[in-house]
Amino acid sequence: MPLLEIDELQTYYGNIAALKGVSLTVDEGEIVTLIGSNGAGKSTTLRSISGLTPPRSGSIRFNGKEISRTPPQDIVRLGISQSPEARRTFQRMTVRENLDMGAYLRRDKEIGADLDRVYDLFPRLKERERQKSGTMSGGEQQMLAIGRALMARPKLLLLDEPSMGIAPILVDRIYETIVEINKQGTTILLVEQNANYALGVSERGYVLETGTVALTDASDALRTNPDVQKAYLGA
Amino acid sequence: MSNLRGLLKGKNNLVVSLVALGVAAILPLFFDPLSNLTNNFILAAAFVVMALGLNIVVGFAGLLDLGYVAFYAFGAYTIGWFASDHFSSVNGGEGFHIAAGEFASNLPGIHLNFLVIVVVAVIITGIAGMLIGLPTLRLRGDYIAIVTLAFGEIIYRFAVNGDEITFGEGYKLTNGRQAISPIDSIDLPGFAPFDSAFSLRPFYWFCLVLVGIVLLVNFRLRDSRLGRAWIAIREDEVAAASMGVPLVKTKLLAYATGAAFGGISGAFLGSYLTSVNANNFQFGFSIFILAMIILGGLGSIWGVAIGAILLSFINTYFIPEVFNEVPRKIGLEFDLTILNFGIFGFLILLVMVLRPQGILPERRRALELEGVGAGDAIEVRAP
Repeated sequence: MPLLEIDELQTYYGNIAALKGVSLTVDEGEIVTLIGSNGAGKSTTLRSISGLTPPRSGSIRFNGKEISRTPPQDIVRLGISQSPEARRTFQRMTVRENLDMGAYLRRDKEIGADLDRVYDLFPRLKERERQKSGTMSGGEQQMLAIGRALMARPKLLLLDEPSMGIAPILVDRIYETIVEINKQGTTILLVEQNANYALGVSERGYVLETGTVALTDASDALRTNPDVQKAYLGA
Repeated sequence: MSNLRGLLKGKNNLVVSLVALGVAAILPLFFDPLSNLTNNFILAAAFVVMALGLNIVVGFAGLLDLGYVAFYAFGAYTIGWFASDHFSSVNGGEGFHIAAGEFASNLPGIHLNFLVIVVVAVIITGIAGMLIGLPTLRLRGDYIAIVTLAFGEIIYRFAVNGDEITFGEGYKLTNGRQAISPIDSIDLPGFAPFDSAFSLRPFYWFCLVLVGIVLLVNFRLRDSRLGRAWIAIREDEVAAASMGVPLVKTKLLAYATGAAFGGISGAFLGSYLTSVNANNFQFGFSIFILAMIILGGLGSIWGVAIGAILLSFINTYFIPEVFNEVPRKIGLEFDLTILNFGIFGFLILLVMVLRPQGILPERRRALELEGVGAGDAIEVRAP
């Protein structure tokens, strides 16, 4: 049984269909990439999964449980957390306060251990523990957004464009860390416009076009597919 | 480490609160117990309670509420209905009493002890707060302001025209501009009944106790999980939701707690002024309270308290007493009090230009508006 199974998902903004029947699966332990151009429905897919924009029809099963009508806080509780598009860290809160917010629903005793883990993954965050997140660089804020999502101790981590607007050298760092997070046992669903990076770390990929899945294959195969190269890899 | 800091900070606030309340408690002893100044102190304290309530909604949770007067009205009508002879033929004209004072316990109508009234007012305004919260849940920013403004206006209209809404044995909903009066005075178990003809001090001290409670609740809430959730919603609603903050519940709790403080203060003012008049519940009052928290510093508990005291004294003392002769001296024949709101508006304008973060800003906002870390350039978030 896949960890996440999405079937014929349709999501609307008002009367505009953003997803017109998206189906995909993510197995436990995988990194899966969604690529596609602007407006293809990548972010909407993530927002539908996390409950921020509930789908109109179709099903989302997580661990076999239907969650397409579940409110966001219960989805976080079930083990899905998200680093949202454009990072959206709490600008006037410190790094530490942001990370604490990530553990908002938790009351267990492991929070401190997870905080140490996030600081191990992103030593920069430890250095800036008391700094307001709004005063940090884009790359640092992206690290914080990922770290904050990890503080919920997710089984499935949703990452929305982790390379957007970030210096290339930091993108390398962030992608190394994404692989490390996955090795530590977190399944990852990754959305990227920057397909090169994403396909480099993932096992499988889906290509979204105007709200439907146009193509799906192993990441290596997608990277060598001439159509994908032309449209998304700038070859 | 941060726990230790939190404790120290908490202690500081406790010490400052006790000192401030202690000084405030001694203050009226220097003035005549019936003096106008004592009256001004009482009103200022009552407004501190209201402003701190509105601060939870606007300052903490970031929901711009322009209809706060509605909760003043609900609180005031709670005492109007349940501590006067408004429902005069209840119980066959015998009246209905719960722990009512000696004087009130022989009167017709419903007469509950003030402490009971406070509980009832909290319940009624809390529910009213959630009711106004519901339609605003899907809205953001300015749209919340519009809906709450309309709500405040609807309640005012009901208050004004309530004398034509009758039910039961000819009971009126309100007395409109005729006012429900007299209202029972406060009569606490173990204390002599409060008598405004004899001394105003007990009213003041009682209201200071209310201020103390409200301060305590504010500090505790701000540093609680709920408080952090409010601030997260204020900072970024979508991010807060994706962290698992339940938006509906968290926002409704902000409206309900904020409203409850308005209700407590409203009930107190009803009793102190011994009447509940629909004229008191106009839109301008919402702005009056909102101006206090903007002047003091949105979200800052001490700032809001100072803002409330300042505006209250400008309204009840400086404009009508200290500066009232100014127009006459420069050859103009008018009463300065008619310019009340013009003066408030001018003050807000001054604050916005000279010190937009307020007199005593909240730490978070202070940093932003003083441009700390400007070298690091706060990035504009992509749309």
